[in-house]
Parts: sequence; C-alpha cells; structure tokens
Amino acid sequence: MQGFLKDSIEFLPILLQGLRLTLIVTAGSLVLSTALGLLWALMRVSGVPILAGISKTFVNTIRGIPIIVQLFYIYFVLPDLGISLTAVQAAIIGLGIAYSAYQSENFRAGIEAIDRGQVEAAQTIGMGWGLTMRRVILPQAFKIVLPPYGNIMIMMLKDSSQASTITVAELALQGKLIASSTFQNTTVFTLVALLYLCMSIPLILLVGHLERRFGLR
Amino acid sequence: MPMIELDNVHKSFGANRVIQGITTHVSKGEVVCIIGPSGSGKSTILRCINGLESYDSGSIRFEGIPVNRTAKSITAVRTQVSMVFQRFNLFPHRTALENVIEGPVFVKREPRADAQAHGRLLLERVGLADKVGAHPHELSGGQQQRVAIARALAMRPKAILFDEPTSALDPELVGDVLAVMRSLADEGMTMVVVTHEIGFAREVADRVLFLDGGVIAEEGPAAEILTNPRNPRTQDFLRRVLKPL
Repeated sequence: MQGFLKDSIEFLPILLQGLRLTLIVTAGSLVLSTALGLLWALMRVSGVPILAGISKTFVNTIRGIPIIVQLFYIYFVLPDLGISLTAVQAAIIGLGIAYSAYQSENFRAGIEAIDRGQVEAAQTIGMGWGLTMRRVILPQAFKIVLPPYGNIMIMMLKDSSQASTITVAELALQGKLIASSTFQNTTVFTLVALLYLCMSIPLILLVGHLERRFGLR
Repeated sequence: MPMIELDNVHKSFGANRVIQGITTHVSKGEVVCIIGPSGSGKSTILRCINGLESYDSGSIRFEGIPVNRTAKSITAVRTQVSMVFQRFNLFPHRTALENVIEGPVFVKREPRADAQAHGRLLLERVGLADKVGAHPHELSGGQQQRVAIARALAMRPKAILFDEPTSALDPELVGDVLAVMRSLADEGMTMVVVTHEIGFAREVADRVLFLDGGVIAEEGPAAEILTNPRNPRTQDFLRRVLKPL
C-alpha cells in the first residue's frame, strides 16, 4: 500500500497532463456533437424531403463506421487532401462527428415524443416552424432527452480514450506509456481507472441535478 | 361580405372521403354550431378553416384571404382566427399567463408588459385571476380549457373556432366553460363551434349545421333545426343524443 502511494505521487503529475487532454477532447467533441446532432435532428423533422434525406443518409453512414476508423480517416487521410489537423483537433472533430449521429437520434426521439396537439396549438396562434421549435417543442423535448444525453456524455468521456490511437497523449495513453516504462501496471492502471471514475461522477450528479431541476413529470 | 366563406369544399384521407362538398358562410358576429354523428367531418371542416388541415378542392376564404396552409398568408388568417381544442393543448412547460401571452409577445410582437396586463385581464374574465402563475398540470380540465380560451382571446381574434371544447371534461366542469363561451357570444364574437351540447347550441347558436357523411344534411336557425328537424337523419341523431338509452 505504501508503495502504491509513493508511486502514485510520482505518476500523478504525468497522468494529470493526460487528464487535461481528456477533458479538452471530451468537452470539444461534446459541444460539436450536440450542435451537429441538433442540426441533423431538425433537418430530419423539417418536413423537407431533401434535408431529411441528407440527414438520414449521413447519420446511418456515420453510425455504420467504427469511431476508430473515422479517427484514422480524419487524421491520416485528410492530409492527403491538403487538410492537416493537429491530433487534438482531429480527435475533437472525429469524435464530434461520430457522436453527432447518436445525439441526433436522441434529439429526434425527444422531438417526436411531443404531442401533435402542441404543434397545432402553436400553429393556431400564428407560429411558424422555427418559432414552434424554439418556444414549444424543444423546451419540452429537452426534458425527455436529458437522461439519455447524460448517458452519452459519460460514453464520450470514456471514448475520448480512442484519441490515443491518433497520438493524443490523453489519460489512457499516458497511463500506457508510464506502465510500459516502469512495469508498475497495477498502480498505473488503477490510477487511470480511478481518474476516469472521478470524472464520471460529477457528470452523473449534474444530470441528476438537471433532471430534478426541470422536473420530469 | 361574409367573414368566412366555404365553397364546395372536398377533402379525403386516402380513400376515406371525409368532406364531400360543403358550401356555407359565417357572418361577422354570428354563432354557428356544427353538430352531427362521429365521423361526419365536423372537426375536419373546422380544422380546414384555419389551415390545420388541407383540403383537396373548393375554396375557403377568410375576409377574402384564401386559406392555404402552405402560403405565407396563413399566418394572417391564424392570427385573426383563434382555435380552442378538445384536449386544450396548453403548453405544459409554461404558466397560465405565459400560455396566454405567448402569441401576442412572440408572434404579434406586443410589448411584454402590455401583453401581461391584457393576459391578466383575460384570465380574470374567464374566472381564473388566482391561477395566473399555475402550470397546466395544476389545473382541472375545465380550468385548462378556460386558460385555452383566454389564450385564444389574447390574439384579439375576429373569430374563434371551438373543436368539441367540452367533450374531454368531467360533466360538472362543463358548465363553467359553456358560461364563458356564452358570454363571448353575447359580446358579439364570431364563433364556429363543433359540439355535442345540444342545449348550448339551442340557446346560443344563431345557426346550426347538421353534418352527416361529409355534407350539410340540414341547416337553419337553431330553434328550427333542434326542435323541428325535417331531415330524418337529423331527427334520428337528435333522438339518440338527447335520449342516450
């Protein structure tokens, strides 16, 4: 136990550098995937066939390709087309796009769960599509979407470790590097696991708080 | 010129021909009740008037504006013709007052303070001065429907369409809603009401339309149609509505 604490003190500063990158990648891709996911969902329910078609095709394509392959594509293939990104940028964009497909299905489910009568009530007071979405549908869909959104956030936090495959030295990769140079596998990976857990718990609490705050009725 | 004009309106849902040539008009200040058996097209024709439903042929005009749900002009129609639904359709995430001011503030761009003052007045008018801050789930069905009427009035409409406004209410709550509607009629509001409340129709309506099979089977002054119907189908319908067993 004493050895564990001593090694921990030695390894933690390096692991915390990795943790910083984990947080950056997670936060960046969360923002990107939420914005894109909302866009796909709104296109899908827009009632405009071409927009719905583009959205559906995109979402199904993205869902059908492993995240790791998408990351490789963005980081290793795009430079051949003249688009060079840093590893962190590529990770944020790759995870953001990959997760936007799941976000959009979640948002769409929330939007479609709202009673048709709500749309009609909005129409009868003269609201157009945009106003109906903004004032009537999305605020109600928000409550429905929240629990699965929390789930997605936690999955994204953990999946940010896939960025290690394109050289982003985030928490998991830092752990692996330390482990392979010190052979302290138990200590290192226990620390890595605990650090991921420590980041998940605030997210779980946040979603719980939001659910209570916006009262699921 | 009549306020609302329908000329030979037809509408099908797939193979189901719901409206098969309806021609009528509603004048300013008139109260028209539409009665008829289930599936006769009552609600559908009402929903066509403010473009919630499209129609296949014929024409509907409001003050001369063609009602076309895909045209820009539909907003002009909808801000002048309000609607009250069977199932209220209040916005559950907003308070009674917020429901009422939603249209004036966000569609008509009235200053919020003015809309709130007007909204409070309207809620007081429908007997809900003490429920201004209540959410729909805290209100009874009858109270929710009265908020919905206040929401319709907040648009300062020229006409209000009522789609079976008391059908989803417990019997003891129907009276309050009908009383509000009666007072609107007394003040000269133009109203088209789809209803099963024959007593209300007899007392308040200027004119009654009896719909059956997507056509107007009989129409005329309320007293005449409801006490002395000539069409056998109207007679049969009224007999069943008035004596359910």
